Amino acid sequence: MKFDTPAGQNPIDKLKVVGKATDRIDGPFKTTGTAPYAYDWHDPKLKPAYGFVVGAGIAKGRIKAMNLTSAKAAQGVLAIVTAGNAGKLGKGKLNIATLLGGPEIEHYHQAVALVVAETFEQARAAAALVKIDYAEAKGAYDLAAVKDTGKPEKLGPAPADTSVGDFAGAFAGAPIQLDATYTTPDQAHAMMEPHASIASWEGDRLTVWTSNQMIAWAARDVAATLDMPQDKVRIVSPFIGGGFGGKLFVRTEAILAALGARAARRPVKVALTRPMMFNNTVHRPATIQRIRIGATPDGMITAIGHESWSGNLPDGKPEAAVQQTRLLYAGANRMTQTRMATLDLPEGNAMRAPGEAPGLMALEIAMDEMAEKLGIDPIQFRILNDTQVDPEKPERPFSQRNLVQCLRTGADRFGWDKRVSKPGQVRDGRWLVGIGVAAGFRNNQVTKSGARVRLDAKGMLTVETDMTDIGTGSYTIIGQTAAEMMGVTLDRVIVRLGDSDFPVSSGSGGQWGANCSTSGVFAACEKLREAVSQKLGFNSADAVFEDGQVRSGNRTAPLAQAAAGGDVVAEDTIEFGDLAKKYQQSTFAGHFVEVGVDVATAEIRVRRMLAVCAAGRILNPKSARNQVIGGMAMGVGAALMEELAIDKRRGFFVNHDLAGYEVAVHADIPHQEVIFLDEVDPISSPMKAKGVGELGICGAGAAVANAIHNATGIRVRDYPITLDKLLDRMPDAA
Amino acid sequence: MKSFTYERPSSPAEAAATVAAKPNAKFIAGGTNLLDLMKLQIETPTHLVDVNGLGLDKVEATPEGGLRIGALVRNTDLAADARVRKDYGVLSRALLAGASGQLRNKATTAGNLLQRTRCPYFYDTAQACNKRQPGSGCSAIDGVSRQLAVIGASEACIATYPGDMAVAMRVLDATVETVDAKGGTRKIPVADFHRLPGDRPEVDTTLRAGELITAVTLPKPVVGRHIYRKVRDRASYAYALVSVAAIIGKDGTGHVAFGGVAPRPWRIEAAEGDLPKGAKAVTDKVFAGAKPTHDNAYKLKLAERTLGAVLSEARA
Repeated sequence: MKFDTPAGQNPIDKLKVVGKATDRIDGPFKTTGTAPYAYDWHDPKLKPAYGFVVGAGIAKGRIKAMNLTSAKAAQGVLAIVTAGNAGKLGKGKLNIATLLGGPEIEHYHQAVALVVAETFEQARAAAALVKIDYAEAKGAYDLAAVKDTGKPEKLGPAPADTSVGDFAGAFAGAPIQLDATYTTPDQAHAMMEPHASIASWEGDRLTVWTSNQMIAWAARDVAATLDMPQDKVRIVSPFIGGGFGGKLFVRTEAILAALGARAARRPVKVALTRPMMFNNTVHRPATIQRIRIGATPDGMITAIGHESWSGNLPDGKPEAAVQQTRLLYAGANRMTQTRMATLDLPEGNAMRAPGEAPGLMALEIAMDEMAEKLGIDPIQFRILNDTQVDPEKPERPFSQRNLVQCLRTGADRFGWDKRVSKPGQVRDGRWLVGIGVAAGFRNNQVTKSGARVRLDAKGMLTVETDMTDIGTGSYTIIGQTAAEMMGVTLDRVIVRLGDSDFPVSSGSGGQWGANCSTSGVFAACEKLREAVSQKLGFNSADAVFEDGQVRSGNRTAPLAQAAAGGDVVAEDTIEFGDLAKKYQQSTFAGHFVEVGVDVATAEIRVRRMLAVCAAGRILNPKSARNQVIGGMAMGVGAALMEELAIDKRRGFFVNHDLAGYEVAVHADIPHQEVIFLDEVDPISSPMKAKGVGELGICGAGAAVANAIHNATGIRVRDYPITLDKLLDRMPDAA
Repeated sequence: MKSFTYERPSSPAEAAATVAAKPNAKFIAGGTNLLDLMKLQIETPTHLVDVNGLGLDKVEATPEGGLRIGALVRNTDLAADARVRKDYGVLSRALLAGASGQLRNKATTAGNLLQRTRCPYFYDTAQACNKRQPGSGCSAIDGVSRQLAVIGASEACIATYPGDMAVAMRVLDATVETVDAKGGTRKIPVADFHRLPGDRPEVDTTLRAGELITAVTLPKPVVGRHIYRKVRDRASYAYALVSVAAIIGKDGTGHVAFGGVAPRPWRIEAAEGDLPKGAKAVTDKVFAGAKPTHDNAYKLKLAERTLGAVLSEARA
């Protein structure tokens, strides 16, 4: 199905199943331990051996010598895979560093060997016996030190530099100016489930049970890395314990499991240990961001500029931190600039709303600072500079843009009128209390997505698509979509996901999964409706699918009857035309945060949060809320604690476990509320929905930062905002 | 984890004798720290002596009016003990500030005293660490050290003792009771229990080979406000950046120990006479000679301000 004109009335609009707050249909599997995650995959026939990854002990340099003698002789060892014996390996399209390093080492904990043994413990013990002699080379590990060597780097299709009007002139001439620099640190995905895979060969066919957000990309990149045809690779990933972007890519454990299985001549399972994950895999790169805003005294932005520097391995990509600044606020004169310097740290890549998440952490403090300079309420300042068109291309409208309503609704619900705009005035016992706001913004990306739907003689529907559920609720919304389309209840739908034998979907990433994958199911169901109508002798154009029946004129037949002579199967793919070019499609939020800052110790504690979201039709308010509060918690983590601490001498992230890399959890945020504006966006898709998951993180961190400023009067521009950055400037505690 | 053998002895002395006789043997109780370290091969015992079955799990009154806490009393149980809550509030509060509910259910009194540092370089076997591998050097001194010691450290090691419970025990003048391989018993003031690193950072405590902790005794209660204040980056599970254990009387006199700042709970009794003068007078003396790094210099100010908050709370 080609989607190239805005959606009209369609069966989803009935909203009998879609749009209802619905428990996850996969929930009982998870709470009863019957959802097999990759490492749990248990097939007694497989009898897998265990692989343990050996990571490089240096960040840059060469392996001079590798001694495997004692490791090979250790109890239970079946095989040891190294770059020296693995044969020639290709590289996946989305990998930057190679997944099996040596003799050149590109980053710390880059895999240099896999030890395969009968048991996990044997593999681990033998891995410790692998003796490696390195020649360590000097590397670049400090973004601030190499920032000025940064080169212009495109952001996907977008240019490195954008410019409209005369930014320099307008900024210089602006009566009120802000010129400030912000930094965000390297961050880790820190998802609960580690990277894990089981690989099994049958002749030249490879099956990998893994944990991956993008099945088709995984099949392609496994094939490319192992230099084999993609149709010989099967990827299975039905349940995923969090990915946050870290599992968009094939990682080392999948490739090494395949190589280990080949070497040991039996299936091999490999999971990365927690301390390996932080340096072996990918992370969100640190940024340095300079923002300049010029405005008239009545608060109209006349110039807005955003420059961002990040680092990565050669051939890596920059963090797209300027992305939202091109679209979020009006202003006739504007510029953005993206520079990337070479660093020898582990690979930087997509994490939790790449671009907007760190970009808004800077931009939305800048907006708060500017509002303060202007003496204008920060909500009012944002409303004054709202735009309903792409500010770089005014002929291009937003498909829907209800940012103003998000901010106003949030202000009302959060009690913004009780905020004391002068900082440092509100005290509650030992706490200085402050309230902050930020705009949330995340683009709605659309990408083609396929599905297959089968109707059987019992009237049961089975949906198959390689879409993944990374804890987001994909199973449920896909089931809801099929149920709505075919006029049945949700319990009549079986959803099967995450298998490369199924039609290729959008996969999960960039908050595109929900809208795109359900649109693919919509398309397949449209075809199935036609096929069913034909079987029943109905005119498909006027057939109504309702309550398990199909009705046309004064005739009615049970849906199941269409499959009496055999299953009816339909498959289709939604493809998106140029509506995304004609219209800017984005999602919006108002983030509100109240913090307390301990007057003596400067400890910062979030007291309550609210996000008001405008993201098109909400397919399942329960799972959508779950997504947004998760994002908000990540925003708190980014604002207050998440930082990969770099050892700048040896080039690695030092705090590489969950004791050292702290994230926000339940006890850190006592109260979170989410409101979805009642909105549909027919330009986005036939579902009239948009992405929503990442909107929760986008802006939340800056709202925390702004609340801290309101509480204390202290402006911190370097994340995370830890107490040591406030302590010297705290008011007298007495 | 390397292969190891395992046994359950029938008495404390037998346990001590076994560990003393086998060069690579260790006791295991709750295992909340040791098992993690074994998985990472930071600890590689070849024999484990499981002391969980030895009793040693009672909290009893002593003839001197104090309490004798069995080595195997779980953190959760000790924190909830009515006598501890009533008379040793600083201890109960310190315990509840530590770890998570699940860990406190497993962690024991003796094991908690023996928990090893959380210095990230100690945990990374590819990095030099004198505590993990004597003579290899200290990566932390010029490395990432925001969490590490500002005082009591040495050229060889700047690791901190990470626990909370022991800081309260230090201010309570607790005594550690042990038994050795020959059945001999010893009483070690908690002040002398943890070592400063000097040039032997691999040795955390003054326990001798095979010596087994059987109990911790507390003297009779000290009257005053019992306060434990733990400062950390998040409200949930985190190690202390700085903690203060204090017992402050109505007249402003009292006792105070600091956690998160040194290789052992840090208490300078000679400074306590200045408590009525306020926090700065005390911390100036407590931290005299401190050698913070660039990353952790904030701890000095934080300790002063935290003590100030504790003294305000005591006055309130």
